[in-house]
Amino acid sequence: MGETGLRPYKLAFLLPGLLSLLAIILFPLIFTIRVSTSGWDAITPDLNWIGGTNYAALWIDTRFWESLARLGAMATGTVIIQYVLGFGLALLVWHDVKARRFFRLLFLIPMMTTPVIMSVIWRTILHESLGPANNLLQLIGLGPYPWLTSSGWAVTSVMMVEVWQWTPFMFLLLLAGLISLPREPFLAAAIDGAGPIRTFFNVTFPLMAPVSIGAIMIRLIEASKLMETVYVLTSGGPGTATETSGYYIYIKGLRDFNIGYAASLSITYLVIMIVLLTVVGKLLHRSLIGGRN
Amino acid sequence: MSRLYVFLKYLAITLWSIFVITPFLWALTTSFKTANGVTGGPTYIPWLQYEPSLHGWRSLFGGNAGGIDIVKPYIDSLIVTVSASFISIILGSLAAYGLSRFTYRAGFVKNADLIFFFISQRIMPPIVLAIPFFLMLKWLELLDSKIGLILVYVALLLPIAVWIMVDFFNNIPRQIDEMAMLDGCTPIQAFIRVILPNSVPGIIVAGMFCLIFGWNDFFFAFTLTFTDTQLLPVAVVALNSSVTPWWSLSASALISVAPLLLIAFVVERFLSHGTLAGAIR
Repeated sequence: MGETGLRPYKLAFLLPGLLSLLAIILFPLIFTIRVSTSGWDAITPDLNWIGGTNYAALWIDTRFWESLARLGAMATGTVIIQYVLGFGLALLVWHDVKARRFFRLLFLIPMMTTPVIMSVIWRTILHESLGPANNLLQLIGLGPYPWLTSSGWAVTSVMMVEVWQWTPFMFLLLLAGLISLPREPFLAAAIDGAGPIRTFFNVTFPLMAPVSIGAIMIRLIEASKLMETVYVLTSGGPGTATETSGYYIYIKGLRDFNIGYAASLSITYLVIMIVLLTVVGKLLHRSLIGGRN
Repeated sequence: MSRLYVFLKYLAITLWSIFVITPFLWALTTSFKTANGVTGGPTYIPWLQYEPSLHGWRSLFGGNAGGIDIVKPYIDSLIVTVSASFISIILGSLAAYGLSRFTYRAGFVKNADLIFFFISQRIMPPIVLAIPFFLMLKWLELLDSKIGLILVYVALLLPIAVWIMVDFFNNIPRQIDEMAMLDGCTPIQAFIRVILPNSVPGIIVAGMFCLIFGWNDFFFAFTLTFTDTQLLPVAVVALNSSVTPWWSLSASALISVAPLLLIAFVVERFLSHGTLAGAIR
């Protein structure tokens, strides 16, 4: 069939999906850009034009920039921990382990569960006087710790719940990668008499580089949206200790109804995330795979 | 050395297993408590430490104080998640097949850019879309309705379906559909008769990911629905107030996450048989 005869079919495959996505995402996005140049709030809910006033205001809004820095630190921290733990767990149940199918299944379970619902359960676990966390730690002479009521501990708690929830996703992608690796390089390493540690650094880790980059990027993208766990676990508190950008925009937009200002925050947040994630992706690619593509 | 190595290996596996399972065990034991079993400090073993009661579980179905009626949110969640996943898989598979087999070009936009456009939608933070979605659904008079939520969820799930299916179709040899077309099939007939039957594992994997992310979404259900439609996560989190009924909370949490545990079984099967490696990369 010639190229011209194919044309209607080509479009029939692509367009339904593409147009649906464009209609659902692009219109709201353009609308948000327009709203961000308006003074839309609870008192005057209309699309007037105030130019870059909102953007000038957010430039000096330290609470917003702090929330971004906090988000960056928490997202990067949790993803690094998830990667190390996920890789470790994947190696543990890769082969030579009894009941490995059972442990694989068990390790996958947290990512199947609803994050907000499990966060509610975690909140009861971390309850200072009625929860089991402090109670059990006291049996071995530790604590009690103010899990959700002191700044440092609240950040730790949010990160711990994120690690619990999403290490399985990292584990899944990395184990799938490990299982699909070719056998020959490992045989060659065994013939050279390489021990497990040398085999890991010279064979496994380099072969896993593309999968690693993919897994880290997927998790970073998801982690850059971090807000639901915060909403349930700490409501951004104590003070603003765990307030991420998403949660701050939520407060400004859907609680205070400063729609115009929240829209300008949203656009700034989105642009910064796209730029940062692209840069991180490029850097990861260069450091783990090298200059070649 | 080697025995120490084996010991450490199983120790690590055991420790992580305990960490994974703790919230479920805690929720299970809490779901059988009454107010007395909670306010006296943490207890773990029924009969020995507290008198177990079915109060928490009963409150999920009746309207008694401190409980929720979980049946309607359950059905709503099921309808919204399954419909959105189904639509996403259909639209996503079609688009992915096109992108895998044909060359598209419109100005500077090529196949790789189109694939990137689909997948990059995952970067969008929910809060960025929440406000315009709210106004858009209000304008369409679809606020607080299942159809409105399905529409929104399709936008969330379609990128996942395209991401998984493009790679999956790329791994199916082109000769298969070329043979079918030589036999006189149109591209659409070839897709339906020859490609789809060969894509069942990919469709199942993509479908499972859609179900997971659809079922577990909270933020859009929270901001775009109020009373007529209420999805499970919203109903459960609504219990998380200043005076939280821990027993109904725990019972509803367990019953909400239960269906997706079945998906874990299927994912593990695909993972261990090596099918997943081809589907997610």
